[in-house]
Amino acid sequence: MAYTEEELKKELETKEYEYGFYTDIESDTFPKGLSEEVVIALSKKKEEPEWMTLWRLEAFKGWKEMTEPEWANIHYKKPDFQDISYYSAPNKKPKYESLDQVDPELLDTFKKLGISLDEQKILAGVAVDIVMDSVSVATTFKKTLAEKGIIFCPISEAIKEHPELVKKYIGSIVPPKDNFYAALNSAVFTDGSFCYIPKGVRCPMELSTYFRINQAGTGQFERTLVIADEGSYVSYLEGCTAPSRDENQLHAAVVELIALDDAEIKYSTVQNWYPGNKEGKGGVYNFVTKRGMCERNAKISWTQVETGSAITWKYPSCILKGDNSIGEFYSIAVTNNFQQADTGTKMIHLGKNTKSTIISKGISAGKSQNSYRGLVQVNSRAENARNFSQCDSLLMGNECGAHTFPYIEVKNKSAQIEHEATTSKIGEDQIFYCNQRGIDTEKAIALIVNGFSKEVLNKLPMEFAVEAQKLLEISLEGSVG
Amino acid sequence: MLKIKDLHARVDGKEILKGVNLEVKPGEVHAIMGPNGSGKSTLASVIAGKEEFEMTKGTILYEGEDLDEVSPEERAHKGIFLSFQYPVEIPGVSVTNFMKTAINESRKARGQEDMPANEMLKLIREKSELLDIDRKFLSRSLNEGFSGGEKKRNEIFQMAMLEPKLAILDETDSGLDIDALRIVANGVNKLKSKKNAVILITHYQRLLEYIIPDFVHVIHDGKIVKSGTKELALELEEKGYDWLKKEPVA
Ligand SMILES: Nc1ncnc2c1ncn2[C@@H]1O[C@H](COP(=O)(O)OP(=O)(O)O)[C@@H](O)[C@H]1O
Ligand SMILES: [Mg+2]
Repeated sequence: MAYTEEELKKELETKEYEYGFYTDIESDTFPKGLSEEVVIALSKKKEEPEWMTLWRLEAFKGWKEMTEPEWANIHYKKPDFQDISYYSAPNKKPKYESLDQVDPELLDTFKKLGISLDEQKILAGVAVDIVMDSVSVATTFKKTLAEKGIIFCPISEAIKEHPELVKKYIGSIVPPKDNFYAALNSAVFTDGSFCYIPKGVRCPMELSTYFRINQAGTGQFERTLVIADEGSYVSYLEGCTAPSRDENQLHAAVVELIALDDAEIKYSTVQNWYPGNKEGKGGVYNFVTKRGMCERNAKISWTQVETGSAITWKYPSCILKGDNSIGEFYSIAVTNNFQQADTGTKMIHLGKNTKSTIISKGISAGKSQNSYRGLVQVNSRAENARNFSQCDSLLMGNECGAHTFPYIEVKNKSAQIEHEATTSKIGEDQIFYCNQRGIDTEKAIALIVNGFSKEVLNKLPMEFAVEAQKLLEISLEGSVG
Repeated sequence: MLKIKDLHARVDGKEILKGVNLEVKPGEVHAIMGPNGSGKSTLASVIAGKEEFEMTKGTILYEGEDLDEVSPEERAHKGIFLSFQYPVEIPGVSVTNFMKTAINESRKARGQEDMPANEMLKLIREKSELLDIDRKFLSRSLNEGFSGGEKKRNEIFQMAMLEPKLAILDETDSGLDIDALRIVANGVNKLKSKKNAVILITHYQRLLEYIIPDFVHVIHDGKIVKSGTKELALELEEKGYDWLKKEPVA
């Protein structure tokens, strides 16, 4: 029968997390707890050079003196950092040449995710570096990339094989002591991706990485470093889903982007970590620090589709250091049930004629809370800086919340700052209109939400956009109302 | 095709339809006229299955089936179409995408595959030409920023695309200039056949010059107070509704 808010709500509650399964791959796991010894052991396990071990220890020292941030508009039970195991690696560590050599169980997992690592995708030109529980287990298309001088590999490998690059840039954008979670990540990050595009090279394919949390009680700390040398271009995709779990899992990633003069980085994320069940139990805590630095005429675009996690705390930011540099942030954040999201961006205008665009679409359902928090800062020497921000919220039901916190700090009079915000509700009239055309309520909601999100979906690379749309639809099939 | 018996309906505890009787047979065109607030749109919504309106008494039979337990989307799948008096905006969803979804959802309900893209394109081309609709219009967000006339024409375009058995047009003529009215009427006439029926809700005799009704009903205070042929519409145009309000219930 037709939509009423009551019915819709009930329907939502019965929809369990679609991707709630978990792969049984043997792993080698550290006992729980965090100390200097654990940091050293971790570094040793990863056969890291001494400078890396020292860097981690320095970060750990900093972290011990820091306290968790309180200012975000989110409420949760603080994780017990001594109750987490800081290392877990799949036991089998083979090198694959082709897909049929890959653990079938793993392939099956990806199939269930609907983001399968099948030949089609590879033929479509996507090199995939999968981070399965902290250690990369497959890398494809490395050869094609190598011919162009592009380095795309697990960061653990880069530390050993390209120490000069890693040493120069790691922590240069997000210093180890930047914030509580960045410090923790710097001390204990296990793996992640490294990418370097040489001068003037246009990366011929979308680079993509799929992250998953897999081991019970294993915090996951990824570290990503993308360096686009002068005049180069790269589009980087990061997508993730996690298995259904009863206890809270901590995810504290750090992503650093460096766009040197005239370079461009497009960084797209589809995030679907386990959001917890309908009572608000379980689910991933996602505390991420993502930041990019633009040199002269450089451009960084962050595009994100956030549907998962119990708690999301994430502000992909751009430091527009070089003159004429451009920063963009396009975001869709969906929250349902008891999910809490506090996400947004920071655009720091330092250079002259710098430009930034922020488009944020928040969709809240159930008892969830969805906050946009954005900072636009124009420094005194940033002549002619321009910013356009648009924050739209879509509410479903009466128990959820949408909040917008735009902070604007302008120290140069020539700046032009525009901010627009709207809040709307999916109306029964819209649903009935769709119903009358033969479209059932679930599909109608998907349609309306897709329409609402279109400006951002359009920013994603084609293939990813289809996946993202599917993901929105899945989250909405009962998970939004 | 449609048989409404002693229909009572209310919204927010207020009784709006107070015993409507109406029978529509295949091939017929019925016009429903009446003053503002008399319950015309309510009747249309109840036939389409809008849940806000609670049926307290009576029955609606459609092709012999009691619609009481049938959802609005199922009614649509069975061929009931409502051209809304106030079409709703859906930002970001193009007319084309909306129609594609609507057509494929109905096909799915009938156990058919999605309509192949080339067939869909052909259909869109054909129907947009019939209604003199600019193709650029079809990529715009549904009803967002449409003028009153564009909204109505878009409703009829959707009707033409969906080819319903029973089309209810709720004041589709209001807001249309004479050229648009002619185009819309032409579209409706093209759809008309021995198998289909049309219910026209209108204030004005004007539309009925282009789409000739077989029957005209006057609704007042939730009841049909007078029924007749197309001459009744002319009489109403001349005399207004007041004389009917005073007459005993027909
Ligand atoms: N959703 C609603 N809630 C309360 N009253 C309504 C609602 N819809 C219609 N009505 C009332 O029902 C009566 C009939 O309305 P309607 O069917 O729209 O009339 P018409 O289409 O003939 O102008 C009016 O008095 C109107 O105010
Ligand atoms: Mg009306």
